[in-house]
Amino acid sequence: MSSRDRILGRIRRATATAAPAPAVPRDYLPVHGARTPAQTAALLAANLAEYRAKVHRTDEDGLAPLLARLLSERGARSVLVPAGLPPHWLPAADPTRVHDRADSTPYELDAVDSVVTGCALAIAETGTIVLDGGPGQGRRRITLIPDHHICVVRVPDQVVDSVPRALPLLDPTRPLTWISGPSATSDIELDRVEGVHGPRTLEVVLLGAQ
Amino acid sequence: MPAFPEAAKDAVGDEVLRANLRHATHTIRDKRARAVAELADWELLRAAGKAVKDQTLRHLDRYLLQLEESVTAAGGVVHWAADAEEANRIVTGLVRATGEREVVKVKSMATQEIGLNEALEAAGIAAYETDLAELIVQLGRDRPSHILVPAIHRNRAEIRDIFEAEMGSWGRAAPAGLGDDPRELAEAARLHLREKFLRAKVAVSGANFMVAETGTMVVFESEGNGRMCLTLPDTLISVVGIEKVVPTFRDLEIFLQTLPRSSTAERMNPYTTMWTGTTDGDGPSAFHLVLLDNGRTDTLADEVGRQALRCIRCSACLNVCPVYERAGGHAYGSVYPGPIGAILSPQLRGTGSEIDASLPYASTLCGACYEVCPVAIDIPEVLVHLRERVVQGGPVTREGIRVRIRPARGHAAERAAMRAARHLLDHPCALRAGERLLARARRLRPRRLPGPGRAWTDSRELPELPAEPFRDWWARERGGRGSLGDTEGRGDRGDTGDRGDVGDRGDRRDRGGRT
Repeated sequence: MSSRDRILGRIRRATATAAPAPAVPRDYLPVHGARTPAQTAALLAANLAEYRAKVHRTDEDGLAPLLARLLSERGARSVLVPAGLPPHWLPAADPTRVHDRADSTPYELDAVDSVVTGCALAIAETGTIVLDGGPGQGRRRITLIPDHHICVVRVPDQVVDSVPRALPLLDPTRPLTWISGPSATSDIELDRVEGVHGPRTLEVVLLGAQ
Repeated sequence: MPAFPEAAKDAVGDEVLRANLRHATHTIRDKRARAVAELADWELLRAAGKAVKDQTLRHLDRYLLQLEESVTAAGGVVHWAADAEEANRIVTGLVRATGEREVVKVKSMATQEIGLNEALEAAGIAAYETDLAELIVQLGRDRPSHILVPAIHRNRAEIRDIFEAEMGSWGRAAPAGLGDDPRELAEAARLHLREKFLRAKVAVSGANFMVAETGTMVVFESEGNGRMCLTLPDTLISVVGIEKVVPTFRDLEIFLQTLPRSSTAERMNPYTTMWTGTTDGDGPSAFHLVLLDNGRTDTLADEVGRQALRCIRCSACLNVCPVYERAGGHAYGSVYPGPIGAILSPQLRGTGSEIDASLPYASTLCGACYEVCPVAIDIPEVLVHLRERVVQGGPVTREGIRVRIRPARGHAAERAAMRAARHLLDHPCALRAGERLLARARRLRPRRLPGPGRAWTDSRELPELPAEPFRDWWARERGGRGSLGDTEGRGDRGDTGDRGDVGDRGDRRDRGGRT
């Protein structure tokens, strides 16, 4: 008998006399509190900042100058650019563009200073941005290896209030990365330290009418 | 492994360890209470989480088959492992087939449970733990002592010393003049591990959840070592307990809210990765899922004990447990310490060994663990149930077969006392005579019991003996009206065997109700 059959057989014997399990009560809240879209964006900004992401706000006209300034302040000489990133976000040639390619090695990515991406959506109540590999986001690893990640969130249309509001909008067949603040550890005496293996600096740009 | 009281003895006497544990558990439990208080619907989420897990366990066969189908359709390969040995054999074979001699690992309780690192080492394959705390444990040739923060028993000075002494022999050495600031230590770990991440071709992980409906695997983490392991190598092997499946993608909305708040006391952990099979050009090109039984189906066969399989490994129960706080994680003698370990390990492994027979007693039954559990596992109920099994024996399922176990050794005195009590209560005259004799001899009452009762009186005062048995007092004072006769004495008799357990449960409930 295969282990598969053995395990399934054991499960069936173990549950043969079990009572039917009651239905799952779904009376928990879809959203915690009533907010206007502006308040939701403000909550997202506050929760991101509390977990040490740097939050910026700008409109369409201000985006390119803001991104240029953030990269320059960081001293970035190279920036990873996922396919599908709107070309007008990073108009100038400096810093050097590195394109997200399937055949690039982790060592090549490790040599890049910064990465700029969009996102699939952001969740206000938890201060989370979610990437799904869609246009302007790239492969999972490009937001992992460089030490500096700038993520642009369109406000209000990419912002949802809560986790239950986020899941129906996501496609589970795509690889999903949920990011809440920069990489962190609390493994030493439960002192929170930002930055272990992922980017130590996460900047989130809320893009919308000012 | 000796029984829990012996195993805990050193820890209880170690002041540094107790200070480390006390600091850590109190910090996290206070933060957790604040994070939970933010959600007005916490109790509803808790009830929903419990129901999802119960639903899953009730139809576990169906959900595992659905999961297998979804993962396979998404490009993954599913393997089934009945026990630790089989799981290790499968993983070792998969790594060998890649031609690689090293793997990077993201923290996984399941692979620790089966001793995978040791099995790989025996096969000439080096396994590198990449979670900071796991790295500290591995470099220190130590054992994990907490589910979430396995190096909770170490302070920063100890960690600095371990890094300085050991990093060099595993790869990149610690920077010269390394201090003990957590920031510096994390940086040293970053440098040490980065070279391993960038060259790794094979990774081994666990998973927090697997979604039957879609085949999606989910890993919650904070540092990014998980993302490194899950996305950079060519081959990813995930070893996951069969109880980690949930029916639908939507079910994750519950656990994405309850798990981070219960474990790290955050609204959300920094990184969560979800992947479904393989994706062209993004992440590993080969994905293997090893579904692990290793005692889980036996646990499922126990009507009271099966609720332990609801556990989502948040570790909230450890942080509130007065016993864990003093004894530390090592005393539990398994990868699952604390209250959940006290009910999970003796079920996964059986109660045959000294340590497993003693674990159901490693608790005060105060009920704090139940109060904080995000899937409402009634840990005290299972503890009492397992105590009964240890003392009285009875039917259990081992490796799928229904067997009858005998009472554990070491409980002979307890059973003898019970038999004596039953005899006395069956014979009211003997009881009355005994009571009178005791009352007369009350001046001779020893402070400590001799023989097998000594351990009990090591930490307790023997109760005062009354000058006169209650029956005599009743007969003297109220002799004319009503009587506390033999019939009533007999009426109580049937319950005596269980009274201790029932009393414990009643006390706990009462305390729980008042707090």
